[in-house]
Amino acid sequence: MVGSKRGDLLALGLARLRKLAPSLRATGLSATVPDPAPLLRYLSSGAPDAAELIRAVGGARPVVRVHHSDSRIPWSGHSARHAFGEVYEAIRGARLTLVFVNTRSQAELTFQALWSLNEDGLPIALHHGSLDVERRRKVEAAMTRGELRAVVCTSTLDLGIDWGDVDLVIQMGAPKGASRLTQRIGRANHRMDEPSLALLIPGNRFEVLECLAARDAVEEGALDGELERQGALDVLAQHILGMACAGPFAPADLFAEVTAAAPYAGLSRDSFDRALEFVACGGYALRTYDRFRRVVKGPDGLYRVRNAAAAQQYRMNVGTIVEAPAVNVRLAGKTALRPGRKLGTLEEWFIDGLVPGDTFLFAGEILRFETMAGNDALVTRAPTEQPKIPTWNGAKFPLTTYLADRVRRMIADRRSWSSMPLPLREWLGLQAEVSEIPAPDELLVETFPYTNRFFLVCYPFDGRLAHQTLGMLLTRRLERLGLQPLGFTPTEYSLSVWGRRDMGAVDLDALFDEDMLGDDLESWLQESVLMKRTFRDCAVIAGLVERRHPGQRKSGRQVSFSADLIYEVLREHEPDHLLLKAAWRDAAGGFLDLARLSALLARVKGRMRHAALDRVSPLAVPVMLEINRTTIVGEAQEAMLREASQAVIEEGMRRERLRHH
Amino acid sequence: MSDCATIDFCGEKLLAHPMGALFWPAREVLIVADLHFEKGSSFASRGVFLPPYDTRTTLKRLSALSRRFKPRTVISLGDAFHDRDAEARFDLEDSALLTSLIGAHRWIWVLGNHDAHPPGAFPGEPCAELTLGALRFRHAPGGDEPGELCGHFHPCARIRIEGGVQRRRCFASDDARLVLPAFGAYAGGLNILDDAFGRVFSARPNVWALGAGGVYLISDRLFVPEAGAPRLRAGA
Repeated sequence: MVGSKRGDLLALGLARLRKLAPSLRATGLSATVPDPAPLLRYLSSGAPDAAELIRAVGGARPVVRVHHSDSRIPWSGHSARHAFGEVYEAIRGARLTLVFVNTRSQAELTFQALWSLNEDGLPIALHHGSLDVERRRKVEAAMTRGELRAVVCTSTLDLGIDWGDVDLVIQMGAPKGASRLTQRIGRANHRMDEPSLALLIPGNRFEVLECLAARDAVEEGALDGELERQGALDVLAQHILGMACAGPFAPADLFAEVTAAAPYAGLSRDSFDRALEFVACGGYALRTYDRFRRVVKGPDGLYRVRNAAAAQQYRMNVGTIVEAPAVNVRLAGKTALRPGRKLGTLEEWFIDGLVPGDTFLFAGEILRFETMAGNDALVTRAPTEQPKIPTWNGAKFPLTTYLADRVRRMIADRRSWSSMPLPLREWLGLQAEVSEIPAPDELLVETFPYTNRFFLVCYPFDGRLAHQTLGMLLTRRLERLGLQPLGFTPTEYSLSVWGRRDMGAVDLDALFDEDMLGDDLESWLQESVLMKRTFRDCAVIAGLVERRHPGQRKSGRQVSFSADLIYEVLREHEPDHLLLKAAWRDAAGGFLDLARLSALLARVKGRMRHAALDRVSPLAVPVMLEINRTTIVGEAQEAMLREASQAVIEEGMRRERLRHH
Repeated sequence: MSDCATIDFCGEKLLAHPMGALFWPAREVLIVADLHFEKGSSFASRGVFLPPYDTRTTLKRLSALSRRFKPRTVISLGDAFHDRDAEARFDLEDSALLTSLIGAHRWIWVLGNHDAHPPGAFPGEPCAELTLGALRFRHAPGGDEPGELCGHFHPCARIRIEGGVQRRRCFASDDARLVLPAFGAYAGGLNILDDAFGRVFSARPNVWALGAGGVYLISDRLFVPEAGAPRLRAGA
């Protein structure tokens, strides 16, 4: 909660409450924070001396087992298909098992696979964020009553109330972080004197390393550190409008109150004033809106809202969660007038990609997409078909810095290899023979030809997001060097770039220099769809784009459409506007993962280790298997349009020729 | 002219530019629709402070096209001004820019539903409709004779390519009528699959989508309807 926009808003709310009721007492709980000091500051609104820390000690250490297979461990993928049989056996041997997966599509696949093995007819249920609320509540109730033997779930069951008497937690795929795993394991067995039992099922070789590192961390009681957060400016703007609606205020008083909230402790008066001006009339350099100000300064020096409409705007827009445009998934009824039951919701972009007749896995069933009706995607059951499009994106958490560091050390330290399953020992042994094993603070870069392309593969272990940004920037540089890069593939652990020319002679120190985070990044972001989406969310939270009108809810699509136009105009005319700054900060901490990337570049500076090879190395195999997933973007959207157009024109000419014959 | 698409319409060759304008080389006429000047400040008067640069952005795009094609005549196909008070809200600099643009051409304001009255502060020739050679210029479709160019609808296409959907402003035409996309920086859009277009075109129209560096003829097999209701009103 603390490290998010919701946390920012809550901190501002706490500071407000403390002003109104100085003797307010707040209690915070955490099982997963290694350093309590920032939390104390957060809870006490900047007066940590007034806070008291209670540490619960003791309790039995959890017992964590990593599923070992000495026979076969997949090279890539995350589904852990090879271990479904063992997962089912573990469920049979326990009272109630939570099977955690990392994405919704993985939840659907795992649920289906377990039922296909379920000869005993065990009551196994499914729980993820896209399912209809009604349905989720039913599953939770059944858990509490002890009617279920297993629930396949995503992070929706990470937190919250303790449903049922869980005695085993299974994590499918990589746990991504020590704190996250600790949290999940904590779902099992809440008695202090009995250990929680957990089973980790890695989906591929690198995930075995990650699982081993996470197990060791949990056994030592180690947790991931979290960076302290700078409060978001869009949230601040929303809060200022709320304060103006609540009553007249003096800017100096409000500034003092806001900076008592921990996320805004470092806020400058200048930034505060700009946020205030943004709330009053948009905060633009071109001051044509002064006569429309909705927050005005009175003769008494206090600021107040000008009319009731502003207060209504605020109330309609309060909150920090911006929903992605979503579509209801609903069973088609017998007649067009009476649609059937709602199964849940899916992102609009996923439904847009379907044509009638396509089948997909959802809510534990195979569904056939029939048609759109308003905001409903009408589907029918198609149990006998092979789902053609079995996946859609889910939240991707990068593995934490802490865990990544442990994995790098495990690889570098040959003594730790002995605790690994046999296929991994052989894999790393072979890598040492044909290429190199990097030291923990080194970056191994391999170059080699494969088929008729040349590859550059590196292994930072810094998560897919940071690798994706790195890939985007490296390809731009390689392009300028005339090396004709064609595409790149990021994974959680490594990055592969390929092109038409051998990249073995490139000056690696220059290629990975930190200055890539300047202009190259800037020009790439200009076109980025993700950047526009990030801006839209900021615009909604800050109240620039209304999410609702009185009596009418704006569809997500309309919001996103107008926000794109605003983004383009604003970038052109006022690139240092508060909202662009807010969006940039979100992007840097979010889909770009710039903090991680710049730490990576600083860490490996002067520590590049190059291996020029004549073939694919063992470590490179996993990323080579994923290569057809990504290509260079940017120009890609335009290229797709051009190709689609070319097809129409050629078809037209063919018809024309036929007519003439 | 490689970034333009050539549209053969009623015997005339028209160049469709990626910014959403048409150029008619034979007559040296530049045609734009639905400029919606001062839509931003119209929202601001209701407390929604969109960046106040939409008029300027639209004018700069017009200037660029004027330099590029050097037209003798510019025709604005209606809804140039977002509302009746729009002229009064013009920033001084924008006002000067528009006046000089008008002065450099023969400038024709075809009037629309948002601007049913001729502009008072700016020169130019206002008219309800106009005929030049084989082509008729109206804000909204009005007659049965072929050769009609109009705006009003703000056509947009949602195009499904390679699993993703792109939303683009577009030109649309059948043999008798050609609808231009909205040119204004903040103008919204109406999906080309909307019922309204069934009444505009007698046959399935050809659709040219605006890209960043080109205008592309797209097959209607790739079109996707708007998912969320309610829809944007035509010309809104």
